[in-house]
Amino acid sequence: MIRYLVRRAALAVVMLFGLICLTFVIANVAPSDAAALAAGPDAGRAQIEQARRDYGLDRPLHEQFVRYVTDLGRGDFGRSVATGRPVGQDLAKYFFATLELCLVAMTLGILLGIPLGVLSAVFQDRWVDHGTRIIAVSGIALPPFWFGLLLQLGIASSLGWLPTSGRLSVFTEPAAPITGLLLVDSLLRGNGALFAEALSYLILPAIVLSLPCLASILRVNRSEMVEALRADHITAARAHGVSRLRIVAVHALKNAMLPTLAIIGLRWGWMMSSTVLVETVFDWPGIGLYAVSSAIAGDFKPVMGVTLIVGLNFMLANLVVDLLYGALDPRIREA
Amino acid sequence: MRVGLAIHLLRRSFGTMLGLALVAMIVALALAGPFIVPYPDDVQGAVNLTNKLQPPSAAHWFGTDEVGNDILTRVIIGARLSLLVGIAIPLAAALIGVPLGILAGTAGGGLREAIMRVTDLFLSVPGLVLAIALVAALGPGIGNAMIALILVWWPGYVRLAESKALAIREEPFIEAARAAGATQLRILWRHVLPNSLSPLIVKMSMDIGQAILAIASLGFLGLGAKPPTPEWGAMISIARGYLPDWWWYAICPGALIYASVLGFNLLGDGLRDMLDPRSNRG
Repeated sequence: MIRYLVRRAALAVVMLFGLICLTFVIANVAPSDAAALAAGPDAGRAQIEQARRDYGLDRPLHEQFVRYVTDLGRGDFGRSVATGRPVGQDLAKYFFATLELCLVAMTLGILLGIPLGVLSAVFQDRWVDHGTRIIAVSGIALPPFWFGLLLQLGIASSLGWLPTSGRLSVFTEPAAPITGLLLVDSLLRGNGALFAEALSYLILPAIVLSLPCLASILRVNRSEMVEALRADHITAARAHGVSRLRIVAVHALKNAMLPTLAIIGLRWGWMMSSTVLVETVFDWPGIGLYAVSSAIAGDFKPVMGVTLIVGLNFMLANLVVDLLYGALDPRIREA
Repeated sequence: MRVGLAIHLLRRSFGTMLGLALVAMIVALALAGPFIVPYPDDVQGAVNLTNKLQPPSAAHWFGTDEVGNDILTRVIIGARLSLLVGIAIPLAAALIGVPLGILAGTAGGGLREAIMRVTDLFLSVPGLVLAIALVAALGPGIGNAMIALILVWWPGYVRLAESKALAIREEPFIEAARAAGATQLRILWRHVLPNSLSPLIVKMSMDIGQAILAIASLGFLGLGAKPPTPEWGAMISIARGYLPDWWWYAICPGALIYASVLGFNLLGDGLRDMLDPRSNRG
């Protein structure tokens, strides 16, 4: 097990280095001139050259690369040329808003996806199955930004049940962050009103973000459960008079959980990616919105920072899934 | 596979029939678009301010936009662009990815390692974020958005082609072909490629839908097509500024994105059941 763990972790480190190389290459094939952008629209030639020296853009590429890697090692993601602020600071500020949104959406996806998957496998080709198939199919095809707009239109604007966008009302001043997750912080401080407010802003974006994830979990879980319920040991258990509930919830679900776990890990990475659309629709102050506004301004340090953070999350999720797989399934460790 | 069996399987499944109908509708709109639109002048963005932001009516079924263009007209014309881009992206990605994948799967050794590691690298960042990074570097616009999405999409085809090539390489009939004196190239072209075709068709059908969604997403974010190009995602991005009072503006383009993605997904599902029944669904 230890050997498997070490090998898998080493692979993750190699991948991370590769990802750093990839972002460096992307930033450097860009046809636009970062120095000109940094110097501002009215800058003369001398000021642009000054900016080029200030940002180290006049050095040879390999030197720039070494500097890029060592800076990243110190947690320095460079400076946004549009705002002048260090990207690391911005990322630290925005990341927890995204994390909170993704955690709630993932919880929704798992809590609804697995039971619905089990139900539709148990009642295969009955109305429950047909109903969940509609969720599974449309969950992947619905454009998240359009679904978000429809919810804003229906539930927030027309019915007025929930706020339209943002993370908190502009009049609410959240206290200094403890974990950065508003729901957790407000509970730690015992501030029920703030918790309720944060939750009311979170519900709609979390629903939109969770839908594709819910659809995937549901699909995988259903097909694995159908497979598992056909297995010989299930027939044997039934013949022994094991209760139907126990057969489904223990014997079959256990076998269906490994592939479900894999899709959850994969979906965590994708969620961090599609959060870009959801955050744009709901003005959610996370890394997705930050990446988009920077990309439109042609400011790539923030975009590369977000790419690294999302890629890192994706790799970590895959690593965790692989390790869990190794822990739960001895055949994989041996291979 | 026999044609009769294929038609039987097709007709048995409601989902596949629905998918086929939706795809047929989108293709028909794309082909006939310029000839059936009610207001051909509105295609490139004629300005007709006295008529702006009209609610749906007999004259304008889905209302008009902020410069007085008929929304139905612009959405129908948008089908052509979306379908073209939706087909071009997976096609280009497959043209890059499939040869590389077959090469990796048959060559083995250092070459295989090199190809597959680069592939893994591109797959280590979720697609949309990587596409945004590429568009940020290349600059916004529909052309660059397409390039970015092709660069994001090809590694999936390498993976698929490599796994198929690896699996087929060990089959006895390949060995027989080699023993009969067939060249490597002939084996690849006559045996490996045709045997990889079914999963490839299924993947491409699914990917057309996903590519339509991706290009609309970039358009919505302001990184893809620019107005007045009649692109669905870009239209929704403008319509967003006119919510909630002018709600009809956002409804129609979004519904068509949904219909086309749904159509290609369902069709892909159905094709998989027909062509590739043993594969894992996910």
